[in-house]
Amino acid sequence: MESIKKRTPARFKQMSIPYLFTLPWIIGFLAFTLGPLIFSLIISFYEWPVVGDKTFIGLANYKEMFTNDPLFWESLGVTMKFAVLFVPLNIIIALLLAMLLNKNVKGSGFFRTAFYLPSVISGVALAMIWSWVFDGEYGILNYILSVFGIEGPKWLISPTWAPVAMVIASLWGQGSMMLIFLAGLKNIPKDMYEASAIDGAGKWKQFTRITLPMLSPTILFNLITTIIAAFQQLTLALVMTGGGPLNSTYFYAMYMYENAFKYSKMGYSSANAWFMFAIVLSLTLIVFKSSSAWVYYEGEMKQGKK
Amino acid sequence: MRKILIYGVLIFFSLLFIAPFFWMITTAVKSPEELYVFPPKWIPSVFHWDNFITAWESQPFNVFLKNSLLVTGLSLVGQLVSSSLVAYGFARFRFKGKDMLFMILLASMMIPWEVTMIPQYMEFNYLGWINTLKPLIIPAWFGSAFFIFLLRQFIMGIPVELEEAARIDGANPIQIFIRLIVPLMTPALILVGVFHFLSSWNDYLGPLIFLNDQSKYTLTLGLSQFRGMFGVDMVSIMAVTFLICIPPLALFFFAQRYIVGGIATTGIKG
Repeated sequence: MESIKKRTPARFKQMSIPYLFTLPWIIGFLAFTLGPLIFSLIISFYEWPVVGDKTFIGLANYKEMFTNDPLFWESLGVTMKFAVLFVPLNIIIALLLAMLLNKNVKGSGFFRTAFYLPSVISGVALAMIWSWVFDGEYGILNYILSVFGIEGPKWLISPTWAPVAMVIASLWGQGSMMLIFLAGLKNIPKDMYEASAIDGAGKWKQFTRITLPMLSPTILFNLITTIIAAFQQLTLALVMTGGGPLNSTYFYAMYMYENAFKYSKMGYSSANAWFMFAIVLSLTLIVFKSSSAWVYYEGEMKQGKK
Repeated sequence: MRKILIYGVLIFFSLLFIAPFFWMITTAVKSPEELYVFPPKWIPSVFHWDNFITAWESQPFNVFLKNSLLVTGLSLVGQLVSSSLVAYGFARFRFKGKDMLFMILLASMMIPWEVTMIPQYMEFNYLGWINTLKPLIIPAWFGSAFFIFLLRQFIMGIPVELEEAARIDGANPIQIFIRLIVPLMTPALILVGVFHFLSSWNDYLGPLIFLNDQSKYTLTLGLSQFRGMFGVDMVSIMAVTFLICIPPLALFFFAQRYIVGGIATTGIKG
């Protein structure tokens, strides 16, 4: 790979080539990611309206956020509640569907397509469709429930049910997780199951002793991405409920969005953003750190750890 | 017996997943009278296909379509060119700081867009890009970390001998990249193209934040505002929603092979 020529201009040209290839990303990263990130940290220490004077106020934005802003805690609570429902349900449903598809059923291509289809459309389209499905009077969901003798709630105008509606609509658009699980399942060697069957292991034992451990790295990955997705929940809330009713779907991302673009508090909103960044980062780290306790990597077996 | 149970569950879930689409389409071709009947009708008695035209023409959706096509098309070209160049740089060259740069690239994928949206807005405002399509196009010309990562993995899988032979024959890196690597990585480029198309066409928050005038709206933004204006005209809303969903759905059917394989190997969020 190294040039034999030692003439300086030629050598310089040779050395600069890799940087020329990677330059677009380096510039883009500085201009559209790192730059904005640092800039937002700086303005989080300011009172920074869109027009008018900017004043340095130190940690006041953060102090205000934690001690004097009920909306901050409320939106954080809404997000947590959503995550608590959404994260496990999402993983369980995706895993269940993937396991069924992995059973060599006829027409698995059709089923796979059906499960993935909602993931390719826009979040706005998804929100529009579900607003109509959830319609309290003429929506199809309550009609189907009524067939079974259940009187459906007025989904999107009930503070109790609106967050649940959000979870349901979000679950619908998560087909990629099923595909990731399916790929993970296909990588588990068949002979492990055969060997355990000979040893007399039942289906449940095979699931808990082979499938889950072998799949744990994939579960870890999906866990992290779903938690992050919960914190990024914005489009659905903006289009379907506008955060209501009674702030029951006022997600953290929406709180941040409104502080910036509705109330023009750029500094304060940047402090919100950094708090979200810190949460996402620490959740990821916690999940990673804990992973050695429950994630099983095949390579470890050879080192005799398991 | 167990087979029947498996099929039962699969059919049940696939109905759940398809029913909302079906409900959207049948609503779109209903008459207003049939919309508000209880029990609701799955199949309308008369199909009003002209609903699509009426709904589309009730707002400047042709303008929104033009904007969406501009944004998606122009950003797509940039994304493919830049991401593949950078990916090649990371895959095939040794240079100072490469490992650190690559670590940064991987780490940058963890940063939620919501965290940078506020300073990005201020930056674009400073540049005078607000209320233009530029913020939705130009960043794509600098590549995106995930696509670079994906393409790099793909290039790493291509045997290096061909390039060495070409180098001995006197080809320079750019020639090697264009003549040799680009044709070989077509499947990966299709995957990146499809994913970029989907995220750009479907993007809502970007247009929402960066665009003000209706004449600049993209389709998703136009659709969301459409609802605010008409409130309850569900027939028109579903008609436009369906039309906007057609390109992603069509693309998915054509490129399904690449998408399913791509997600399986890389674990992308669609």
